[in-house]
Amino acid sequence: MALVLNDDEKMMRDMAEGFFADKAPVAALRKLRDSADATGFDRDLYAEMASMGFAGIVIPEEYDGLDMGFQAAGLLAEQMGKNLTASPFLSTAILAATILREAGSDEQKKAVLPKIASGETVIAVALDEGPKHNPAGIETTASKSGNGFVLNGSKAMVLDGHVADHMIVAARTSGEAGDPDGISFFMVDPKADGVSTERTVMVDAHNAARVEFDSVELDGDALIGELDAGATLQKVLAAGRGIVAAELLGAGQEAFRTTVEYIKERKQFGVAVGSFQALQHRSSHLYSELEIARSAVMGALTALDAGDENAGRYCSMAKSKLGDVAKLAALEGIQMHGGVGMTDEYDIGLYLKRVRVLQELLGDAAYHQNDYAKANKF
Amino acid sequence: MSDASLEEFRLDARAWLEENCPAEMREPVSGEEDICWGGRNVVWQSDAQKLWLERMAAKGWTVPTWPKAYGGAGLSRAEEKVVLSEMRHINARPPVTSFGIWMLGPALLKFGNEEQKLEHLPKIARGEIRWCQGYSEPNAGSDLASLATKAEDHGDHWIVNGQKVWTSYADQADWIFCLVRTDNSGSKHHGISFVLFDMETPGVEARPIKLISGKSPFCETFFEDVKVPKKNLVGEENKGWTIAKYLLTHEREGISAGYEGGRPMHEIASMSLGLDETGRLSDPMLRAKIAEAEIDEWAFNLTVARKLAEAKAGQSLGADSSMLKYYGTELNKRKFELMMDSAGHDGLEWEGERSKDGKLAKSWLRTKANSIEGGTSEVQLNIISKHILALPGA
Repeated sequence: MALVLNDDEKMMRDMAEGFFADKAPVAALRKLRDSADATGFDRDLYAEMASMGFAGIVIPEEYDGLDMGFQAAGLLAEQMGKNLTASPFLSTAILAATILREAGSDEQKKAVLPKIASGETVIAVALDEGPKHNPAGIETTASKSGNGFVLNGSKAMVLDGHVADHMIVAARTSGEAGDPDGISFFMVDPKADGVSTERTVMVDAHNAARVEFDSVELDGDALIGELDAGATLQKVLAAGRGIVAAELLGAGQEAFRTTVEYIKERKQFGVAVGSFQALQHRSSHLYSELEIARSAVMGALTALDAGDENAGRYCSMAKSKLGDVAKLAALEGIQMHGGVGMTDEYDIGLYLKRVRVLQELLGDAAYHQNDYAKANKF
Repeated sequence: MSDASLEEFRLDARAWLEENCPAEMREPVSGEEDICWGGRNVVWQSDAQKLWLERMAAKGWTVPTWPKAYGGAGLSRAEEKVVLSEMRHINARPPVTSFGIWMLGPALLKFGNEEQKLEHLPKIARGEIRWCQGYSEPNAGSDLASLATKAEDHGDHWIVNGQKVWTSYADQADWIFCLVRTDNSGSKHHGISFVLFDMETPGVEARPIKLISGKSPFCETFFEDVKVPKKNLVGEENKGWTIAKYLLTHEREGISAGYEGGRPMHEIASMSLGLDETGRLSDPMLRAKIAEAEIDEWAFNLTVARKLAEAKAGQSLGADSSMLKYYGTELNKRKFELMMDSAGHDGLEWEGERSKDGKLAKSWLRTKANSIEGGTSEVQLNIISKHILALPGA
C-alpha cells in the first residue's frame, strides 16, 4: 500500500496548499458568513478551482477530468479543511461525480461529467433523511409510473441543495427501510414541480438544505444506471467518507498547529503557558493521534484507488478515527486558547464548528464503530 | 535496483527459503521456549532450530543489510524488505532474536572502530554471542543520564564498580554493552562512556528479579572491581550519551513495531461472552471499546509502515520513534485490558491446563512494563514536546 505520496501527488499537494491559503483563507469564510451571502460559496473561486483541475480530480480523462484518484482528491480536501474553504467540491466533484462515474450510462456521463469538471454545474446529492446518518434507512420512494417514476419523501443535510443546478436523489425502489440494496439514484431538476428546498444555515457557515419531494414526476432516463444500485451506494459512501476524513485531517491539524503556536506565545505566571507539562503532554498526545489519523486517511484512500475489496470498510474506519481525533484537536484547541478561544475573533472556534459538522456528515465515530463491529460479526 | 531485478531477487529468495527453511520453523511460535536467542549457552529446542539459524547465518540473512565482512548479506533496504516479506509468506520464524542485532549492531556499525566491528558483528550475526544492555540503574530510570556506575582509569583499563537494574536476560547473556561514568566533573550528559565487556569477567553478578507476571526477564546486575580493557570503549571517552540515545531510538522502533499479530480482540470476546439474538456481543459497552481499539490498531500499524517507508525514502524517523513507542505501548496495554475484560473470570486463572498456566493473565501483566521500559510514556511525550513541537522549556 502506498503510504508515501508519489511525485504527482506531492506536486498537487504543494499546489493546493498555496492555492487555498492564497485564494480561500479563513477570512474568506468569515466574509461569506458576515455578509449572509445567498450562495454561501464564492462562484469565482469555484471556477478557479475547476480551472486548476480540482473539480475533475476523480473524473476520467475522456470526460475532461484529471483522473488522479482519491488520494489526490484527499490532498485537496485536506487543504480545504485547513482553510475552512466553502465550495461545492464535496457535493459535486466527489459525491455526484462518483455516482455518475460508477453507475451512469455513457450518455449520462457524457452529458454531465465534463460540466462537473469544468465547474459550470453544481450538483447536490440527497442521501440522508433523519437527524443521524442512516443510509440503510432511506424511506424516500421512487415508484414506477408509466415510463418514469414518481418521487416522494424528504431529505436533510443536502450539501449545496439550495443552489444546485441538479440534484441526485437516493430513493428506495425495492425492499423495506433497513435494506441497503433497494436504493437507486435519480437525477432531479430542483425547479421541477413538487420539489421544495429550504436552505439551512449551519453552525459552521457552510451550505446545506432540507428538500421535500411531493409526487415529483421523473422521466425514465432520470434513473442513473440500473435499478437497485446497492453497490453504487456503497461506493459513494466510501468515497464521501474517505474525503470527509481527509477534510477533518486538515481541519484538525490546523486547529492543533494554531493552538501550539498560541501556547508558545501566551504568557501567564511570567512564562509561556506552553512550558507547562500539563499542556505539553496533551499536545504531544494530540500530535501522536493526528499522525495515526493521517495514516488512516492515506490507507483508506489508497485502498479506494487500488480497488481493494475492503476499501469501503477502511474509509468507514478512517471516518471513525478522524471524527474522534479532529474533535479532540478542536476541543483541546478551545481549552488551551483559554478565554480568547471563546471569542469570535479567534479562528479556533470556527474549527470547532466545522469539525462538528464534518464529524456528523456521513456517519460519526460511533456509527462507524458500530458498523465495524457488525461487519466483523460481533 | 530496478523493479525487474527486484522481482528476480524475490523469486530467488522465495526458492531459497522454500528449500532451506525446515518445516518445524514454519509453525507459529507458541511460547517463549520457541524463541531462539543464541549465545554460548544456547539450548536448542530442536535440530531444526539449530539448522535454520546456521543456514540463515551462512546466507547473511540474520542481518540482511549488514556488510558481508561483518556477517551480513550487504542487501539494500528494498531487498531486505523482500526477504522479510517472503519469510512472512511461508510463516518462517525469525532464526534468532537478539539485542545484538536490533540494538548493539546498528550502534557498532555507526560508532565502532574496524577492530570492534570485525570482532563482534559476525558473532552477533551468527547468534554465537548473546548480549544484554546495561543502562538503567536504581537511581537512574527515566533520568538515565544521572547514572553513577563508576569506571576508574587504570592506564590501559578501567575498574568498574556499580549496579545496573532491569538488565534484560543478564543472567543468560554472554556480553554486556554498558553505560559507565568516566567523568564526574561536567554536566550529567558529559562523562558517560559506552563500553563492552564479557559477563564472565570476575566481579560481574546478575540476579533475576521476579515480576508481577511471575516471570523474571530482568535482572539486577552488580559490578565489583570489574576490569574492562580500554580497547572495549565504543566511540569517544565521555561521549557515550550520543551512542546511548542513538541506540534508544532503535530500541523504541523495535518495541513499537512488535505488537502486530495475534487473534483479534473481538474473536476472543465473542467466544467468551457470546452474541445476543441480533448477532452482537452481549456486552454493548465492551463491544464499542473493542471496535474503537481495533480501528486504532489498524491505523497504528499503517503508521509504523508509513514512518518506515518515509525513512527509507530518505527522511529521518528521528523523534517520531518516540511517537510510535508511546502510541504502540499504550495501545497494547489498552488491548490487553480489553482482552481481560472479555475473558472475565476465566482470564483470572493463574495455573492449570485450561488457562495454559495463566497465559493471558501473565501476558496482561507483562504489558504493564511496555510503557515503562525503553523510556516511559511520559518521557516520550517530553521528547515529542521538545523535539517535534518545540514547546518552550520542554
